[in-house]
Amino acid sequence: MDHVIIGAGPAGVVAAETLRKLDKSAGITLIGDEPEPPYSRMALPYYLVQQIPEEGTYLRKTRDYFGHRKINLVQDRVTSVLPDEHTLRLDSGETMRYDKLLIATGSRPVSPPIPGIEQEGIHTCWTLDDGRAIAASTGPGAKIVLMGAGFIGCIILEALAKSGADLIVVEMEDRMVPRMMNATAGNMIKQWCIGKGVHVLTSTRVMAIEPGDGHRFKVILDQGVPLDADLIVSATGVRSNIGFLEGSGIQTETGVLIDRNMRTSAVDVYAAGDVAEGIDFSTGDYSVQAIQPTATEHGLLAAKNMAGLDARHKGSINMNVLDTLGLISSSFGLWMGTDKGDSAEQVNPARYQYLNLQFEEDVLVGATTLGLTLHVGVLRGLIQTRVRLGKWKERLKADPSRIMEAYLACTQPVSINTGLF
Amino acid sequence: MLKALQIEPAKCTGCLQCELACSWENEQVFNPSKSRIKVFTFHDEGRFVPYTCTQCTEAWCMQTCPVDAIVINETTGAKEVIEEVCVGCKVCTIACPFGTINYNSSSGKVIKCDLCGGEPECAKACPTDAITYVDADHTGLARMRAHAAGGD
Repeated sequence: MDHVIIGAGPAGVVAAETLRKLDKSAGITLIGDEPEPPYSRMALPYYLVQQIPEEGTYLRKTRDYFGHRKINLVQDRVTSVLPDEHTLRLDSGETMRYDKLLIATGSRPVSPPIPGIEQEGIHTCWTLDDGRAIAASTGPGAKIVLMGAGFIGCIILEALAKSGADLIVVEMEDRMVPRMMNATAGNMIKQWCIGKGVHVLTSTRVMAIEPGDGHRFKVILDQGVPLDADLIVSATGVRSNIGFLEGSGIQTETGVLIDRNMRTSAVDVYAAGDVAEGIDFSTGDYSVQAIQPTATEHGLLAAKNMAGLDARHKGSINMNVLDTLGLISSSFGLWMGTDKGDSAEQVNPARYQYLNLQFEEDVLVGATTLGLTLHVGVLRGLIQTRVRLGKWKERLKADPSRIMEAYLACTQPVSINTGLF
Repeated sequence: MLKALQIEPAKCTGCLQCELACSWENEQVFNPSKSRIKVFTFHDEGRFVPYTCTQCTEAWCMQTCPVDAIVINETTGAKEVIEEVCVGCKVCTIACPFGTINYNSSSGKVIKCDLCGGEPECAKACPTDAITYVDADHTGLARMRAHAAGGD
């Protein structure tokens, strides 16, 4: 049995090592197109601020981790998939046969349609190589414009601000992290950043990037004076890497369409991670989540199914955690609420603390936190177990901060132990 | 035979000796906020519930860690954070459905129970045997873990 995995990110690596655990003798090939050992994009911001060396970003740390497990690492790029022939074509001109194939090609940053965006000196922050380029051009006094204050923008923001640069963030929505935080939380993060000396322009669009005088670039906005910049970092969203599947017959929409067993429309071809439209636990719909926990869940499940098990996906919970210059925020599931649900909210703007819980009947379906770090994982626990909160729902509506008590009281074995019911 | 922490909340008096012992052992301070075991108080019922990592089989924290900073101690079965490798991204803190791996802002890393390498100080410090370190089969943890893994 020859398993081939395209993509050496978290989904691909977890799949490869899981396959090896399940099948000692199968051939396992992991194809990555970057000239580095498999590494984590999640760790790049920490590399940017020189908290860790390049090796600190590697997904697996022990020496010869892949060789030791007889996982064959190949540096190449897959140019097309021929499912009928169980064959791949590679950029090097080679072809490769597979018995089972996993598509785990991840996603890539989108380039917004702005005149001048293609110039040199305008970076995305996605690969280790991007990180090296940004690290070389930032530093105290550098004028940086960061386009986009989404999740990735905010993660880079921290690294750029720490370098001592003069940083301006431009976001077209009305708040920061609009796809992860509601208006209250998103604007609290904005106020926090402003308090830390970062200029934040929300509801503002970049219209064009022109050569500057005195500085490398002049950034033209839809309002106000143009911004000077020595470096521009673009973080305006990502999109699944599915281009190479054109003509393969494998069905795609935003990402590769898969079923609960991670199978694509082609026989013996599976997909996982940022490239796949997997099932969302909260909505039951298939969508691209593009987050680390989902990528590893997908990788694990895909490998089990490739090894012949029947491992069905129950759905991944969409969730994120973000540290914006020391203000920690997280959101889970249906944090934006639902039509038939109700909610509880606690706001303390002076202390930058916020907690929002979303219910359907007496079940927690979503949550948002700001300025809280202890035990936030139970929010996932409560959403994932769909535990009925009973009388604890009213208690949480009166005081959302009692979430941990509610969890303990409603988690069956503990409450039997304690006699709380 | 692997051992595990057995927690019997009915025996807990809320004295917080476990939290002090934990923070002293791991952080060299007597500060309950740095403890990896927490005692939750139910004022209405007058009860106390000590709570920490169950070293679950799924190891959600370990599975999701992007930099391989969480490993299994083969002797104790504990999932341990390698502090030098942890970058502080906090993904594990939202992935753990028990809420038992937490961010420590003073170190910029995450912390969780590591069973003190096989001699848990919380169990030693507990004056009422509400926390004991016993053969894993006896703790009834399997059901608790299965419940939290949940889903439909």
